[in-house]
Amino acid sequence: MKPRYERPVIVRHQVGSISKFGSRPSIRVYDKFEGVPIADLVSAYGSPLILFSERLLRERMRELRDQMATRIPRFTIGWSYKTNYLGAVCRVLHQEGAWAEVVSGLEMQMALRLGMPGHQILFNGPAKTDAELEMAFTKGAHVQMDHMDEVALVEKVAERMGIRPKVGIRVNMTELPTQSWDRFGFNLENGSALEAARRIVRRGVLEIDTLHIHVGTFVQDADAYRLAAKGIANLAKQLRDESNVSIDTIDMGGGFASRNTLQSQYLPGEQATPSFSQYVEKIAAGLDEAYGGAEWPRIVLETGRAIVDDSGILVASVVGNKRLTDGRRAVIIDAGVNLLPTAWWYRHDVFPAQDVHGTAEPTVFVGPLCMNIDVVRDRILFPALKAGDRVVVGRIGAYNVTQWMQFITARPNVVMVGLDGNHAIIRRAETVETLVQQEEMPAWL
Amino acid sequence: MNSPLTATIAVTGMNATDNPAPGVPVARALRLDPSFQGRIIGLGYDPLDPGFYATGLLDGGAILPLPSAGREALLHRMRELVAQFGITVFIPTLDSEIRAVASLRDELLALGVHTFVPTVDAIDRSSKPQLPKLGAEPGVNVPESEPLMSADGLGKLIKKFELPVVVKGVYYGAYVCYTEADALASFRYYEATWGLPVIVQRHLDGDEYNVCALGDGTGATVGAVAMRKLALTDKGKGWSGVTVSSPALLELAAAVIRALKWRGPLEVEIMAAKGEMTADSLHVIEINPRFPAWCYLTAAAGQNLPSACARLALGERIATPLPAYKTGQMFVRISLDQVADMSTFGQLSALGILPFATPSA
Amino acid sequence: MSNTERLRELAISDAGFVFDPLTGHTYNVNGTALAVLRSLKEGATPEAVIAALHEQFETEPEDDIARDVYELVGRLREHGLVK
Repeated sequence: MKPRYERPVIVRHQVGSISKFGSRPSIRVYDKFEGVPIADLVSAYGSPLILFSERLLRERMRELRDQMATRIPRFTIGWSYKTNYLGAVCRVLHQEGAWAEVVSGLEMQMALRLGMPGHQILFNGPAKTDAELEMAFTKGAHVQMDHMDEVALVEKVAERMGIRPKVGIRVNMTELPTQSWDRFGFNLENGSALEAARRIVRRGVLEIDTLHIHVGTFVQDADAYRLAAKGIANLAKQLRDESNVSIDTIDMGGGFASRNTLQSQYLPGEQATPSFSQYVEKIAAGLDEAYGGAEWPRIVLETGRAIVDDSGILVASVVGNKRLTDGRRAVIIDAGVNLLPTAWWYRHDVFPAQDVHGTAEPTVFVGPLCMNIDVVRDRILFPALKAGDRVVVGRIGAYNVTQWMQFITARPNVVMVGLDGNHAIIRRAETVETLVQQEEMPAWL
Repeated sequence: MNSPLTATIAVTGMNATDNPAPGVPVARALRLDPSFQGRIIGLGYDPLDPGFYATGLLDGGAILPLPSAGREALLHRMRELVAQFGITVFIPTLDSEIRAVASLRDELLALGVHTFVPTVDAIDRSSKPQLPKLGAEPGVNVPESEPLMSADGLGKLIKKFELPVVVKGVYYGAYVCYTEADALASFRYYEATWGLPVIVQRHLDGDEYNVCALGDGTGATVGAVAMRKLALTDKGKGWSGVTVSSPALLELAAAVIRALKWRGPLEVEIMAAKGEMTADSLHVIEINPRFPAWCYLTAAAGQNLPSACARLALGERIATPLPAYKTGQMFVRISLDQVADMSTFGQLSALGILPFATPSA
Repeated sequence: MSNTERLRELAISDAGFVFDPLTGHTYNVNGTALAVLRSLKEGATPEAVIAALHEQFETEPEDDIARDVYELVGRLREHGLVK
């Protein structure tokens, strides 16, 4: 039998510094998703294609729930809608017991449409409107306030409606080992959180029952959660002691990192990212330092990314190859940063979706947009690909299907693969009709 | 006399450059053990890693996937290398490898590959960002330090610690900064090189010492050798040094091993404030979760810690603590041009493997 | 110096390691490129090499051997191995 042809490759060794970190690629072929051949899925639904695994969604959610249950007596997990508000994804997570955590009236309507009862909706965000607040209180959602003008607005709405709702205030801390996250909420260290709470208590229009803190995003030092839990719990104790305010709930927000690798990060995310167990351990340690054996408040988590990131992949097809002037091979694929804005902050894993042969070369994956910034993955050692070959971009479940752009090309089908290997569209591909139906043509044109 | 050591031992870190990795000294120390009858496979990341060309050092060699490729890639490669060489002991020597190997301990053992590495938890607790917390352990002093996620906090820390401050990369590198501009430049450099956080540490004036030690995993110290550097390169790497006897240094290293229940080799970098050798003056400024590049000196001075590490990995019982080492034993590094065969380079670059019985063996 | 003479100077190992004694540059080539180099060394034209590869290897319809060989020759030219 003749050997199989593979594209000829010559690589010249570069004179360079000998480092502790050289190069040898390890190529895993990613030809099945949840047991279903990717080739079959692409022939059924087209390329590019975004796929979600029902099993991975449920497993990650259960893992977090189980970890919380071992250490925290009372807790709630709120699904962060902005991370991924596709109805099917949200429904799977609601079925696993997640509440809805929304940051706009639009997201609140999505949760209501999915049948979430108002009392299982947490309403956050820095820019709530009068009408949205009225809708929230009408449905019984829980409002967490971000700044003083919002407090005044919430008081106005409550007075108008003749109610005294239970609300939360959002607190930030600067003395955490994370990037500063102080544009949301009231600062703890400089006393503005305490001042805001005192003001609300004095006015008596609202009842504070929740303190909410959000440590940051993609937080890889789990200890930040211990410090935050302790800081906010001490604020709760202070409010109880001086104003007899009973804080029933501490909302620890989100920010758990996924196993993706940041552009700025050396070690891969799978090694650098703490496990759910490590994060939860730290929250419990912080509460223990503040409360000891006394009863702990209910703890809310608003984890998004760490639950959903692993459950989604993007399948793309190779359109063509070219050689850049610096010798790198550029592979043009049919999906770009319009579908994958996370490519700007992650070094996403890219895998071939069929057998590949031959020497790996430094390769850059670029998308179909006629824009220089359309780089899906810079510098990865990859064997030669032919037009029509498929690649898989891993861990794309978080933020892409909410932050994607309708830009130059239409968005593709999004498909969920179910527990039995069954699969179905969860968001139909857009067509030119989808786009133009929103437009109006003025009569004079 | 020890029983014969017949294992096939894979050692990483073959880049013995002027910022040397510890692979070559570990391999040399193994060869110094009179009962060593095994084979040594050098593992590196570049076909031109100098250790591959060291005369008489290795029985074989191979290229590994980058640590940034992740643990799956490493495990996959180890499977290939076990099939090729019959590796039974694996000694990783680079910081960036230890965590992956620690998390793969069971999988490696299933391949028949024994390791003697710390737990992931112990590695975390020894890491630079978490070092301040270790100061709470009995017998362990650490200088104040804080991890920074953005350069915004730099000014505040400089006020708190006062200049000079030490700015450190999360994996490698430390620089004593005498001005705020210096500190900012160092922050940017380490952020760009190793990512966040960047660690800022209070600078202690005094003498630096290093202890290379081996913990048994229960809290006990198998052996420990203390050394003072005599000469540094322009990169701040020790180029010669001498063993010293101070019991306070050894006690501090033992306290670290006790606190972390450390299993495997480590290097404790210690600052003796004002040069005083008392428990109060000694501060742990850094812990490296691996052998240091000067570990051949431990063997030369009478405590062969790499050989003990290999034996413990295999589950051998050894008499501990190891006998006292000789103080005043010096090491001096030399730069030496080896004459190399093009075929070694060709084999490693084309196949990623330097099979048994090659010219360097 | 003709292309053939230039290429004959190269030390090419079966493993695909190439050493150019004239310049000291070293290269890795895969099996196909190795076959191409060896044929060019023997004086074959790119057209003959393309025909030979079709003989030598099992191909798929989408393989475009001619394009690949001309690209490789272009790379050899960039590296100063052929004119």
